[in-house]
Amino acid sequence: MPSLNNLFGFLQDWISGKLSGFLPPWGVTLAMMVITIVALLLFLVVTVMYLTYLERKVLARIADRLGPNRAGPLGIAQPVADVLKLIVKEVIVPARADVPVYFLAPVVMVAPALLPYAVLPFGPRMVPADISVAVLFVPAVTSITTLALLMAGWGSGNKFSLLGGLRAVAQKVSYSIPLLLAFLAVVLVSGSLSLVRIVEAQASYPFLLAQPLGFIIALICCVAEVNRSPFDIPEAESELVAGYHTEYSGVGFAMFFLAEYIGMFTVSAMLAILYLGGWHGPLLPPYIWFLIKVYLILCVMFWLRGTFPRVRVDQLMNLSWKVLLPLSMVNVAVVALVDKLGLRLGFLPGLVAGLVVMAVAAAVLRTRRRARAAAAARPAWQVREA
Amino acid sequence: MLNHYAFVGLFGVVAILFPVAALVVGALAGPRRPTPAKRARYECGLVSQGESWVQLRVQYYIYALLFLVFDVETVFLYPWAAAYGQLGLFALVEAVIFLGILVVGLAYAWTHGDLQWR
Repeated sequence: MPSLNNLFGFLQDWISGKLSGFLPPWGVTLAMMVITIVALLLFLVVTVMYLTYLERKVLARIADRLGPNRAGPLGIAQPVADVLKLIVKEVIVPARADVPVYFLAPVVMVAPALLPYAVLPFGPRMVPADISVAVLFVPAVTSITTLALLMAGWGSGNKFSLLGGLRAVAQKVSYSIPLLLAFLAVVLVSGSLSLVRIVEAQASYPFLLAQPLGFIIALICCVAEVNRSPFDIPEAESELVAGYHTEYSGVGFAMFFLAEYIGMFTVSAMLAILYLGGWHGPLLPPYIWFLIKVYLILCVMFWLRGTFPRVRVDQLMNLSWKVLLPLSMVNVAVVALVDKLGLRLGFLPGLVAGLVVMAVAAAVLRTRRRARAAAAARPAWQVREA
Repeated sequence: MLNHYAFVGLFGVVAILFPVAALVVGALAGPRRPTPAKRARYECGLVSQGESWVQLRVQYYIYALLFLVFDVETVFLYPWAAAYGQLGLFALVEAVIFLGILVVGLAYAWTHGDLQWR
């Protein structure tokens, strides 16, 4: 069992032991780095291929359909067929495109989407690079994709692409602030910016229990950050054709798709690490526990997509600036206060405080909505000009 | 520790090369027969009207400014949060004052109507 728990650690030792026979020490280090990178890239590409399959199957079940079932048993070869199709498709460059920007955008999209995997811890000895600022590194790097969305929108020379790109920028910057404030509360109680330290701090209980409000804020923001339904305003088909990637075909389109699904996996992994206790769990090996938690959050995202209608653009901005931002500030203050009180009751004070804040927020939002509905129901001549 | 940052750097180089390689492979593997109809702007089959680089609402710019202020302030709070365990009660008071200033800024933008999507 210990060998299974630390499978990748043993694999690492075995390979580096074999290599040190004929390579100098720096050569072994470099070779191990290259092997890790290749393994990570392979893992990501296969994961994305089968995430599309899983999503289509889950959505099909929600809609009472069968989903892909033609290519191979249970449609299991469908992602392979999709990839092949995308590779051999013609790359159509639109006549009005700004060609350098048009081709740079997929690169600027995919490279930052891949980078977080250099620091994400999959298990105790499965941390590619344990850098001390990883909590900031991941949002900082992934926010570069915002630039790529604007570049794609601008470079395509299509007004709907441009509008989609701008909406994506407005949305991503708006939701990154409550997200960072929610992560801040986790940093506050764990006392470290290293993802490994944060997971180790959750050995007794996951932070989900101590900061339920923070988790909900972070979950909503993460779904919005990766432009997923119900926050898929930047690619709203009914308004914007297909948004920023309207004019991309073949591999260019595939790159945007790849980055989107990698982004989904990244935010789910961040939520699992920061709130669900990362690799901690009984019986099963740590990396299995980590993947179970990540896929749990991914399935919640599929579920959201299968259930909720798309929000309107003004609702989207209001939710971020008028609800999530004040709430995340309150969350930081409450978590800091509970931490300073120093009650030795584990997660209970945090849980109670979080639930109280949520109940108050829900009551305030409900009265505001009632007031607005009442104002809308009154005849126009009774409504005073504000 | 230095090794870790070297790894991140190397990963960054590979992460840039990966999409470039994919685009090159795609360009080599696919056919290339452009026609005017194919290269036209795609607007669900309708003939495109007007310019493609249209005028934009100024609202986006205001959100960008707001974002800049709040994002920088949030990042300033991170060192405070990381050291919070070693700080006294005064650190909590200080941070609440800091957050209070942020809240005043948000309230100003809110009452000023900058958060209203027009």
